[in-house]
Amino acid sequence: MQAIVSISNLSKTYASGFQALKEVSLDIQQGEILALLGPNGAGKTTLISAICGLVNPSSGSVSVAGHDIVTDYRVTRSLIGLVPQELTLGSFDTVWETLNFSRGLFGKKPNPALIEHVLRELSLWDKKDSELMTLSGGMKRRVLIGKALVHEPRVLFLDEPTAGVDVELRKDMWELVRRLRESDVTIVLTTHYIEEAEEIADRVGVINNGELLLVEDKQALMHKLGKKQLLVELKESASHIPDVLAEWALELSADGKQLTYTYDSSNPHTGIASLLRTISDAGLLLKDIQTSQSSLEDIFVNLVMEKP
Amino acid sequence: MNIYAIRVIYKYEMLRFRNTLMQSFASPVISTALYFVVFGSAIGSRMQEIDGVSYGTFIVPGLMMLTLLTQSIANASFAIFFPKFTGTIYEVMSAPISFFEILTGYVGAAATKSMIIGLVILATAGFFVPLNIAHPVWMMGFLILTCVSFSLFGFIIGLWATNFEKLQLIPMLVITPLVFLGGSFYTIDMLPPAWQTVTLFNPVVYLISGFRWSFFEVSDVSVGLSLFMILTFLTACLIVVWWMFKTGYRLKK
Repeated sequence: MQAIVSISNLSKTYASGFQALKEVSLDIQQGEILALLGPNGAGKTTLISAICGLVNPSSGSVSVAGHDIVTDYRVTRSLIGLVPQELTLGSFDTVWETLNFSRGLFGKKPNPALIEHVLRELSLWDKKDSELMTLSGGMKRRVLIGKALVHEPRVLFLDEPTAGVDVELRKDMWELVRRLRESDVTIVLTTHYIEEAEEIADRVGVINNGELLLVEDKQALMHKLGKKQLLVELKESASHIPDVLAEWALELSADGKQLTYTYDSSNPHTGIASLLRTISDAGLLLKDIQTSQSSLEDIFVNLVMEKP
Repeated sequence: MNIYAIRVIYKYEMLRFRNTLMQSFASPVISTALYFVVFGSAIGSRMQEIDGVSYGTFIVPGLMMLTLLTQSIANASFAIFFPKFTGTIYEVMSAPISFFEILTGYVGAAATKSMIIGLVILATAGFFVPLNIAHPVWMMGFLILTCVSFSLFGFIIGLWATNFEKLQLIPMLVITPLVFLGGSFYTIDMLPPAWQTVTLFNPVVYLISGFRWSFFEVSDVSVGLSLFMILTFLTACLIVVWWMFKTGYRLKK
């Protein structure tokens, strides 16, 4: 895969002295969905803003499709669509007018057929003549997406797109993101909803304190950093863990009916088979067993906690 | 050149003007009519002619300037301040558009609006006092230059302002006094000698003087000097806006 956005040693220190980005380097592959995770103030929005031309980087460089964002800003910006975090829209313009304005602003000649297509895709067609101030929050969010798409960008940045959006609209939005990806649009999104990144992203980047802690293929990340747990349900409750089971560092539930074994799934010798044999030898009767894997959220929390 | 961007910004701003047409026209036309009733008819009838021009007619260029300056500044400053205030400026700043194209769209629209209002005031004045414009081409030239220069100045104020109070501060505290003291209602030789010297530091004197010359062929300072001063002001404003965009002053973090 070819990188459509290349970020190299990007740093940003605000006038207040706050360093929002520290030597961030990242290649965003064409056609992928990259989720950027990080707590508030981690630097996600600053990173996106720097790529889109809203923030002047202190050092480092960014190129989009091989063009520098400073010297070739006309080319790079025409390739990028941005959906900001806040619902920043005018009040008195209609939905149609605002999309038409956005297309013109990006140097594209009017194309009513395309605007109609975008509005229909976003279920906004019946609102095309409505004034923006009369729309609900969810509708405004769709309009912002429409404004970002109407100049046919190749890279779409979605900054916290589902903040304050109801479940149904969120599902619609992810469906739209998938359709966009099918048309080879690269999607970069920031989100607090880790389960969404888990559901939709191809790769996940974790940012904290202005540093990009990691960028990994989502499945590989979960495999690499994910811990698995084996839950053993007993037929009869045990008062304590027999000494012969000490090497597995098991946990006994309060009612004495469940043993939990935490292990590293990437380790070829998990010790599960010998554990089950030893439990049986110790006279404990098995009722059921199941495994669970830590979620992306657990991984994220662990990463952020490790590097405060 | 991103022609489509200039076009949509210009059209958007003109549409805003059209949507508030009554408000945009009513206020300057009514206040100008009142000036003519008070200064032209009530007080003007008791005043001497100035340089062979009746007082009511004499004040027409000054009154037009008063409105042109305040309207140009108000239109342009609001046009760029409001998107900054609401946050919608992000779209312009992330678009493939140069500072010159942004300026052409916003300042062009603001200057067009002021020019329309200026011409409406001129027509209104025609109902109250006899008017004969000696150099109509020069008059239009001064009109356009003034509208563009002060729309640029307004654009700078709009970029600089961080709240509505600041937006009003310079027009109220600086521009209005400068226009009133710039010879809108008198020629500067009517002032005591010391004040005549002080007045020459007021840039608005040159605008009004040149504009008045295009009407009556009488002026406080030479036309060439008036033209030079307007062009100098225009250039200075362009340099400041260029610097603001280059550094991202109050636009980028």
